[in-house]
Amino acid sequence: MARMTMREAISSALWEEMERDERVFIMGEEVGVWGGTYAVTKGFFDRFGEKRVRDTPIAEAAIVGGAIGAALTGARPIAELMTINFAFVAMDHIVNEAAKLHYMFAGQFRLPMVIRAVSGGGRQLGATHSQTPDAIFAHFPGLKVVSPGTPADAKGLLKSAIRSEDPVLFIENATLYQVKGEVPEDKDYLEPLGKSKVQREGDDVTIVAYSKMVQAALEAANRLSADGIEAEVIDLRSLRPLDMEPVIASFKRTNRAVIAEEGWRSYGVGSEVSARIYELAFDYVDAPVKRVAQAEVPLPYNARLEQLALPQVEDIYQAAKEVLYG
Amino acid sequence: MEQKDYFDLYREMVVIRRIEERSAELYQKGKIGGFLHLYIGQEAVCAGVCSVKKPQDRIITTYRDHGWAISAGIEPKVVMAELLGKVDGCSQGKGGSMHLADVEKNFWGGHAIVGAHIPIAAGMALGDVYLGNNDAITICMFGDGATNIGFFHEGLNLSKVWNLPVLWICENNQYGMGTTVDRASAVSEIRQKAEGYGMRNERIDGMDVMSVRKEVAQVLETIRKDGGPYLLEIMTYRYRGHSMGDPERYREKEEVKRWEAEDPIGIFRNYMIHEGIATEEALDDQDAEAEKIVEEAVYFAEASPEPGEEILFDHIYAEPTPIEYLGYALEKKSEGK
Repeated sequence: MARMTMREAISSALWEEMERDERVFIMGEEVGVWGGTYAVTKGFFDRFGEKRVRDTPIAEAAIVGGAIGAALTGARPIAELMTINFAFVAMDHIVNEAAKLHYMFAGQFRLPMVIRAVSGGGRQLGATHSQTPDAIFAHFPGLKVVSPGTPADAKGLLKSAIRSEDPVLFIENATLYQVKGEVPEDKDYLEPLGKSKVQREGDDVTIVAYSKMVQAALEAANRLSADGIEAEVIDLRSLRPLDMEPVIASFKRTNRAVIAEEGWRSYGVGSEVSARIYELAFDYVDAPVKRVAQAEVPLPYNARLEQLALPQVEDIYQAAKEVLYG
Repeated sequence: MEQKDYFDLYREMVVIRRIEERSAELYQKGKIGGFLHLYIGQEAVCAGVCSVKKPQDRIITTYRDHGWAISAGIEPKVVMAELLGKVDGCSQGKGGSMHLADVEKNFWGGHAIVGAHIPIAAGMALGDVYLGNNDAITICMFGDGATNIGFFHEGLNLSKVWNLPVLWICENNQYGMGTTVDRASAVSEIRQKAEGYGMRNERIDGMDVMSVRKEVAQVLETIRKDGGPYLLEIMTYRYRGHSMGDPERYREKEEVKRWEAEDPIGIFRNYMIHEGIATEEALDDQDAEAEKIVEEAVYFAEASPEPGEEILFDHIYAEPTPIEYLGYALEKKSEGK
């Protein structure tokens, strides 16, 4: 184990997989000479060269479409979108091509590729650059959508994504890049795609979260613990395929659940998870499932307004109290 | 070319023509669903290009793909089975008319979002360069209508910036659905758009298969020798509407007739007779042979079974995924079993 930041964990996953497999290469805006706009690929250009660390034009359809084409020939591209907000420019290639080609041609096309993108708000980037539209992408069968909440998972899941035979949208959160944690150093350390994980055990209330909200949920759980309430925190890690098993197992013990996500509430991850709880464990429901999410506004620039709109630790803490005590 | 090669090429064009005619009938009978875009009038382009490409060259095209599929080597009966949505189709009935493919034949589809396959084609050429398949060229077709969408420009730019071996072929059939080129494109010659990317380009006739062969063979040789992309604008004409639901209010019947007088099959037929390569009778025999192939294809496709329920959830992912994780619909389904 080594203590490292989320950024270092992601960077080391990329580095190790590129060293392991010559077919793996990176393409995206400023990934090479610049070293990545979030410095994730710093040093890669010098180590792997311009053939494997490819600076692209600012043209997202060409980045994702190009990666799809390269994947079809047997290469294993990692396409980097500077932020997930730019994924809308490449929407057709993500949801209409990457997600469908394998199925539509009855398994003839294989797309071993990863699309990395940074999601989330809280950095005063204004409405167009601060979205958490993860749920939109999880709507489409054929795509794998992964979003880690801890440095260890970031490394293990990204390595699995790169080794996967399927197209994976790997969603990072820029405000998590400095979060530190213990990360296995084994070069074959992998975390399975499509598997949820219990990040903290507890018998009183179930808190379901992913990405940044995992950290917030763990913090809320510590505060609840001080009040004598033990929360179980379940990290979805993958939004599609969605593994509900640990959620349902936990809910059957606690009978109460809060779902926390950074994106908007309507048609969101919380909507899906709570619907499934009602479908799969209706007889165990002791209180209405609560959703913690972003206020339904385009995120404002002003720091105070922005934080007001984003879900906070306090919101999760309060929601847990409400499902316990009404 | 030996006499047999001429006959094969001619018969292929006739097979494509007849497959399309039979498809139109089967569509009207309700046996083919969805959209159906016929290739009638453009046969010299796919037959010409595929007859001079090398096996390692990749073909990727639009939704008007029946002719390309056959010229790329998919058996007409397998094409017909796919059109009828049957399990013996090249995509087991999951793709349909607009999504034919056979990767073993290096035929990469059949893509139905206008222009979206253009960046993918650049990516395939990138993959070949990256993996060291240095002798392979990606041949990417699109219509005149696709050259007005952003995908086209992003794809062309990338291919030039990275010097990728792509032969871009605009099959200019003069209409993007029902809108003439001059009403939709700022420049009247599509090839001019390549100039903006400093890309070699040429506009050629697409009605004479021998001339298509000659020009395309030269361009492929140039790309193989010097690398980098090249754009060919091939002038052609579709006799039928954009799709089967096209009222064709945008053109006069006389215009279609004028073009039919220059029919690619007629041109090739006359050429072979004039050059003493074939007699009328020998070509009539080829017509009969083509007719037989198409009838057998229809028979095969009609007899082929419908895909079973069990394949509905196949091919969502290449990797095995526990059935209960695939989503709500599936959970309901697996519960029912």
